[in-house]
Amino acid sequence: MTGHGFTEDQVQRYARHIILPNIGGAGQRMLIDSSVLVIGAGGLGSPVAMYLAAAGIGKIGIVDFDKVDLTNLQRQIIYGTSDVGRAKVKSAVERLRDINPTIEVVPHQTILTSDNAFEILGRYDVIVDGTDNFPVRYLVNDATQMLGKPLVYGSIYQFEGQATVFLPGQESPCYRCLFPQPPPPGTVPSCAEGGVFGVLPGVVGSIQATEAIKLITGEGAPLVGRLLIFDALMMDFTSVKVRWDADCPVCGKEPTVTELIDYDAFCGVPHADPTP
Amino acid sequence: MVRVKLPTILRKHTGGEPAVDAEGATLRELLENLEARYPGLTKNVLANDGGLHRFVNVYVNDEDVRYLGSLETAMREGDVVSILPAVAGG
Repeated sequence: MTGHGFTEDQVQRYARHIILPNIGGAGQRMLIDSSVLVIGAGGLGSPVAMYLAAAGIGKIGIVDFDKVDLTNLQRQIIYGTSDVGRAKVKSAVERLRDINPTIEVVPHQTILTSDNAFEILGRYDVIVDGTDNFPVRYLVNDATQMLGKPLVYGSIYQFEGQATVFLPGQESPCYRCLFPQPPPPGTVPSCAEGGVFGVLPGVVGSIQATEAIKLITGEGAPLVGRLLIFDALMMDFTSVKVRWDADCPVCGKEPTVTELIDYDAFCGVPHADPTP
Repeated sequence: MVRVKLPTILRKHTGGEPAVDAEGATLRELLENLEARYPGLTKNVLANDGGLHRFVNVYVNDEDVRYLGSLETAMREGDVVSILPAVAGG
């Protein structure tokens, strides 16, 4: 039990993992030695970051430029009412350090762009996408493919969620294989316009945290090559195949996108104003 | 008869029904059948040039129709067709 260089606190804290088949002391050591970047500290990022902190991921980075708004609290469970008006990353870091003071938590209070994506993503083993817009989703996809990092994808709208894992490497699909183009601007309402069922990101984010932990420990079958589709209203989980596209501009046989693109122009969707 | 599962965003065309039955020998005919009964529904799936949008996927059972026959994909009794738009919420 006390192998793998655990402190007394860690032996107690992670006791239920350490006695668990398929995790054990060796798996817990892998979690402690790993790092995960959570992009977006919103509905998805809240449960992702909290579960990863509780699980003992050694270093967790959080990217978000925004401040906590009262309308966030219906689903963004990492925040409390006293956090309204504060920077999301500041509040999130405090909450995570309270959940688990033995890990390192790194705030990145910025908008992810083609200028900083490689530098920020490059510092972490696994990337979890919980952002709320298409430009950043395509940017994160391209950057993880180019950096050779696994990407745990999740997205939500109203009562429905999607989740999958994109691995870099040969003949493994990426987000552009799944959806080659974003919808034209204005055709898909945002959560602010269309509403979102508050519990939905809790379900999808928990699935993302599950997959991140499985990728790190190497246990089980990852959600690769399959897209999980969750319909909360019908309580229906379905999965469909995600195939590698040989003509994919990023991960296909002859890539045409070989550097990060200005996705504002690509999608025609401006980022939210970073200075509210 | 083929069962067609719809995302929430398209259920306004079917009076809130999450899934409807439709007929057609191919996906193209199936969509025509749907459009005749639920006007406006298929403009969310088909582009102006008549082809499939690149941000809305259509699956027959668990396979993306882009890897089957696209709009000419043959429909069989008991197939389940799922329409899946890209969403970005987080």
